[in-house]
Amino acid sequence: MNALLEVDALRVFYRKVEGLHRASLRVEEGSVVTVIGPNGAGKTTLLGAIMGLLPSSGAVRYAGAELAGVPTEARVARGLCLVPERRELFGELSVEDNLRLGAFQRVRHGERDAMRDLAAIYARFPRLEERRAQLAGTLSGGERQMLALGRALMAKPRLLMLDEPSLGLAPRVVRDIYHIIADLKRAGVSILLVEQNARAALQVADRGYVLETGQITLEGSAAELAANPRVIESYLGLAARSAGA
Amino acid sequence: MNLDTVLWLVQDGISNGAIYALLALALLLVFAVTRVIFVPQGEFIAYAALSLTMLQAGQLPGTVYVLVGGGLLAAAYEIAAALRARAGARLPRVLAFYVLLPAAIAVLAWWAAPRKFDLWVQALIVLGLVVPLGPILYRIAYQPLANASVVVLFIVSMAVHYALTGLGLLFFGGEGLRSAAFSDAQFKLGVVNVTAQSVLVVLASVLVMLALWLFFTRSLYGKALRATAVNRVGARLVGIPAELSGSLSFLLAAFIGAVSGVLVAPIATIYYDTGFLIGLKGFVGAILGGMASYPLAALGALAVGLLESFSSFWASAFKETIVFTAIIPVLVWRSLTSRHVEDEEE
Ligand SMILES: Nc1ncnc2c1ncn2[C@@H]1O[C@H](COP(=O)(O)OP(=O)(O)OP(=O)(O)O)[C@@H](O)[C@H]1O
Ligand SMILES: [Mg+2]
Repeated sequence: MNALLEVDALRVFYRKVEGLHRASLRVEEGSVVTVIGPNGAGKTTLLGAIMGLLPSSGAVRYAGAELAGVPTEARVARGLCLVPERRELFGELSVEDNLRLGAFQRVRHGERDAMRDLAAIYARFPRLEERRAQLAGTLSGGERQMLALGRALMAKPRLLMLDEPSLGLAPRVVRDIYHIIADLKRAGVSILLVEQNARAALQVADRGYVLETGQITLEGSAAELAANPRVIESYLGLAARSAGA
Repeated sequence: MNLDTVLWLVQDGISNGAIYALLALALLLVFAVTRVIFVPQGEFIAYAALSLTMLQAGQLPGTVYVLVGGGLLAAAYEIAAALRARAGARLPRVLAFYVLLPAAIAVLAWWAAPRKFDLWVQALIVLGLVVPLGPILYRIAYQPLANASVVVLFIVSMAVHYALTGLGLLFFGGEGLRSAAFSDAQFKLGVVNVTAQSVLVVLASVLVMLALWLFFTRSLYGKALRATAVNRVGARLVGIPAELSGSLSFLLAAFIGAVSGVLVAPIATIYYDTGFLIGLKGFVGAILGGMASYPLAALGALAVGLLESFSSFWASAFKETIVFTAIIPVLVWRSLTSRHVEDEEE
C-alpha cells in the first residue's frame, strides 16, 4: 500500500518551548490510524503542523507531494481536513451556514453542486437538520462536535484528521461518532484519529502510535498496541485489566 | 428655534448621518476581518469626490496615476511572491486584475474626460477608478503584514493615510472643489423643503446597506467574510484564504468610500484632506455603536450626523469639538459596563 500521508521528523517550536520533537508517522490510503498519548504530549501540535497552521521543520508528504510552503487552504483543497480540538465553529452563523462554508473550497474551485451534500450530512446527523437555523454558538457540546464533523465532511476529505472527537461527550454520542468513523472508513476516507479514549480508538483503528512528550515512543498495529503491557498500564487502565481477568 | 429650523437641521443631520453610517460599516467590516483600523477610509471619499469634480470640468483626474501606479506595485509584489514560491499558475489572473483592469479604466477615463458625459456616467467612471484602489492598497500595505499586531497595523494605516493625502495634494491641488448636484429639485414634504440631493443621499445609503446585507446573509462569499471575522482559525480550516477575505473587505470598503464621495461631492466643498475628517465621524459612529454590531454602528453614525447638524446651528465654532467629545462619555460608559474583551492573540 502507498502512504497517503508521511510525516518525517516533524518538529514544532512554540518560541523556545519544543511542542513536537522529531515525530514521524504514516497513514496508508484507506486506513484508520490513531495517535494516543497523555495531556500535553503534542498531539494537537502534530495535527496543527500537518494542517499548516503552525510553522514546523521536517517533512510532511501528502498524496505524493511535499507540503512545505503550501498554505492551509490549499491543503484543504487537496482533501486534507481537520476537526480541531476546539472545534472552531462560526458561532454567530447558523448551523446550516457553518455546513455550507465547509464546502467553501469546493465551490471556489467551481464545483456547482457541492451544496447537494447537505442532504447527506443531515441524513447522518438528523439533530443538525432540526437545528439548522440555530446559531452555532448556542449548540450543546455534542451538537457542536457533530457540526464540526459535518462541516469537515462538506469539504469531501480524503484524509480526515480528528482531534479528540469524543472529548466531553456522553457514551451514546461517542458510540455514534465512532460508527460514523467506521462508515467513513468503509467509504474509503483515510482517517488520522487523535484520542484520549484509547479503547475506542484502538478498536476502530488499523494502526496506532503512542506520542509522549513530543516523541513517538511506540507504534504498531492496533491489536499489538492493545496487547502491549505499557499501553494497557497507561492508556487502557483498570478496565482492561478487569476485562482480562 | 422654530419648527422649520428643527426639521431642516434634522434633514441635514440625517443625510450626513447616512453617509457616516456607510463609513462606519466599512470601518467595522475591515476591522472585524483584518484587524486593521482603516484610517485611510476617508481618502476614498476625497479621491472619489475630487475625481468626479474634475471629470465635470473635463479634466483627467489624477486618480488614474494612483490607480495604475498602485496596480503595478501590487503586481510587482505578486510576481516576487510567485517567483519565491515557484507558483506561476495564479499570475495571469492576478496581472489581469492589477495591471489590465486599472489600465483599461484609466484609458476609459482619459477618453471620457473631455467628452463631459452625464453626471451619472461620470459617477460610474469614478467608482471604476476608486474601487480597485481598495484591494491594491491591501495587497501593497497590509497583506505582507497580515499577522502583525493591531498596533503595527494601525501605524501602517497612518502611513498609508499620509501617503494618500500627499498624493492627493499632488494630483488634485490644494483648493477645494464642489461638484454639481445630481438634481437641483426641491419639494415640500408637509412643512419642510426637502432637497432632492438629500433624498438621493439617504436613498443611496439605504440601497447600499441593503445590498451589503443581502451579500452578507445570502452569498457564500459574504458568509465567508463573516466567518473570517468571527473565527480566523475556523475560516482557514474550511479553506477560506486570509488574503481573499482581506482583499474582499478592502474592496467593499473602497466601494463604500467611493459611493460616499460621489454623494457628498455636491453637498460639501472637498479638499484633498477632507476625507479624513468625514471618515473620522464614521469612526465615531462605529464607536458609539460599540465597534461590534452593524445596526448599532449605523444608529451611532446617524446620531453623529444629527449631533453635528444641531451643534453647527447652536455653536458652529465648536461643532467638531462637540462631535468628538461625545465619544468620551460613551467610552467611559462602555468600559464600565462591558466585559473585558481580550485582544486577540495569534
Ligand atoms: N501556543 C502555545 N504556546 C506555548 N506552548 C504551547 C502552545 N500550544 C501548546 N503548547 C505546549 O506544547 C505541548 C503540546 O501541546 P498539545 O496541545 O499539542 O498537547 P496535546 O497532546 O494535544 O494535549 P491534550 O491531550 O491535553 O490535548 C504542551 O506542553 C503545551 O503546553
Ligand atoms: Mg490536544
